[in-house]
Amino acid sequence: MATTAVGRSVRVRPKAKPRGLRISAETRTAWLFLLPSLIGFLVFYAYPALRGFYLSFTDFDLLRNSGSWVGIDNYKALLQDALFWNALGITVKYVIINIGIQTVLALGIAVLMHRLTQSVVVRSIMLIPWLIPNAVLALLWMWMLDPNLGIVNHWLDSIGIGSQGFFGSESQVIPTIAGINIWKNMGYTALLLFGGLVMIPRSFYEAASLDGASEWRMFRTITLPLLRPVLALVLVVTVIGSFQVFDTIQIATAGIGGGNPGGPGNASRVLYMYIFQQAFEFNALGYASALAVALIMLLVIVAAIQLRMLRAGESDLA
Amino acid sequence: MAKTLSPATSPTAELAAARPQRVRVKRGIPWGRIAAWAAMGLLLFVSLFPFFWMIRTALSTNADLVTGSQSYVPDNPTLLNIKQALGLASTEELTKAGTLTSADVNFFTALRNSVIVCTLITIGQLAFCSMAAYAFARLKFPGRDKLFFAFLTAMMIPPIFTLIPNFVLIKNLGWLNTFPGIVAPFFLMTPFAVFFLRQFFLGISKEVEEAAVLDGASRWKIFRQLILPMSAAPLATLGVLTYITSWHEYMWPLVTGDSEHVRVLTVALNAFKSSTPTTAPPWAPLMAATLLASIPLIVLFLAMAKRMVDAIGFSGIK
Repeated sequence: MATTAVGRSVRVRPKAKPRGLRISAETRTAWLFLLPSLIGFLVFYAYPALRGFYLSFTDFDLLRNSGSWVGIDNYKALLQDALFWNALGITVKYVIINIGIQTVLALGIAVLMHRLTQSVVVRSIMLIPWLIPNAVLALLWMWMLDPNLGIVNHWLDSIGIGSQGFFGSESQVIPTIAGINIWKNMGYTALLLFGGLVMIPRSFYEAASLDGASEWRMFRTITLPLLRPVLALVLVVTVIGSFQVFDTIQIATAGIGGGNPGGPGNASRVLYMYIFQQAFEFNALGYASALAVALIMLLVIVAAIQLRMLRAGESDLA
Repeated sequence: MAKTLSPATSPTAELAAARPQRVRVKRGIPWGRIAAWAAMGLLLFVSLFPFFWMIRTALSTNADLVTGSQSYVPDNPTLLNIKQALGLASTEELTKAGTLTSADVNFFTALRNSVIVCTLITIGQLAFCSMAAYAFARLKFPGRDKLFFAFLTAMMIPPIFTLIPNFVLIKNLGWLNTFPGIVAPFFLMTPFAVFFLRQFFLGISKEVEEAAVLDGASRWKIFRQLILPMSAAPLATLGVLTYITSWHEYMWPLVTGDSEHVRVLTVALNAFKSSTPTTAPPWAPLMAATLLASIPLIVLFLAMAKRMVDAIGFSGIK
């Protein structure tokens, strides 16, 4: 047995060698150029991705630093886990509020940047909130929305609406966080869309305005259809990002002085938060990995639906 | 109204086509444009006001804040909060100001740590990703397109999925609470950086390069002496983008580097928040800390604003 295997490999090698030599010069250079990033890719992306799938079938515990194969037990538990379904519902709610408003606002801003003023100063200012770390913005908004001393509640009081709970209110916490992230990302998203707008030939607008078309009509008949492929891509990217909301919630909902994030109650325990807590508070890395696999599956389905609905592959720019 | 000619009454069709545009300008008050500028002004105000409030709070005394003062300029301007955030204020000063916290959060150390981490990541990524991008853009080797596709796929994986196995890896290596541990997953590559640079390298004319090949220059020499100097602008843009995103990083440094000697700014901010008393929290020094954590990014951005703004619009199309 062993001898035949050796014999076969010896027989094969001379055949393969010249082919390897023929292409080797450029190929070898290419692999040398690729080597560092290939190592990075294999060690920190490919391997952990496979290991993540494997972990999801184990009961890996962070404290024991080991785990054994449990088959699909984690997935069975996940389907029974009320907190998982709660997290899923909250995340979807957050994404709908966040993306719905952010996309409309960003589109409006992009059109203003395109049709009103192409000033770099304006575009730069709109980008500033995106520039600042979430950790900073979470603290800043905790202060601005403080129930007693915050400027926003001061304003609401003075126009007769009265103070709101914001982070402290179960019904308001998700809209509040969505609002902060809309504020943070609207300028950035607008810039992405602006990149698509400048691709639309100027002559289209000139012709339409000679025909007496209103700005609104031009937006509906020129801008929107021609922007669709870019809009579709931007939507896919921002939706995937929106499902990953974490920093703001982890910092802002823990309250000042350090408490348990995800509250009040479970009102802001989004999927990312729940996965993080399972992994690093309860040390249940196996179960957390199963939750993360569920998140990936969810993202794949959402992206597929989006691309199909928006017919992203087709462009009206003939 | 009487002065304006409606297109229907104009003598010839050609004139009619050109006229409405000119007439509309003469009509006087362009309400649409005024509304659009008002919307733009409001958006700019909304984007900037929180940062104004951050600065105003950082320069106020905490005593003024807890009494509920909402004045737009500090009642009693002070630099004590900045000094406290930098760890330069004495205990007596802080006790007097009522902003003493249970733990000393030294922002000098955190600032230094953030600079170390972000600089290492940026240098590593620029070097190794430009090499990989060059191989993908210019060299022919078997499996090139498949490998590039694999890199792109990695961009779609939610970070928390690979974060869990990566954490186990860093822990087993004994790299928790060390700079190598915090930097490692980002040092060799990110799919985005490879993608961004490849896109640019594809656009460089091949002619100069082919001439150099004929002269017998090696690929490495071409890359170092031709491609890199020609790519100074996109490399700088990517460098700033990488620096900013590394500065924002929160979840990974939180789990791998929460001890004080390696703690980066975002994590240190949360620690500072957690160490403050729940009653009468010291908002003034907290805002001073957020201000210090934002300034480096603002400075970096201002230096490159135009290029960055253009690059973001561009990356949206691709």
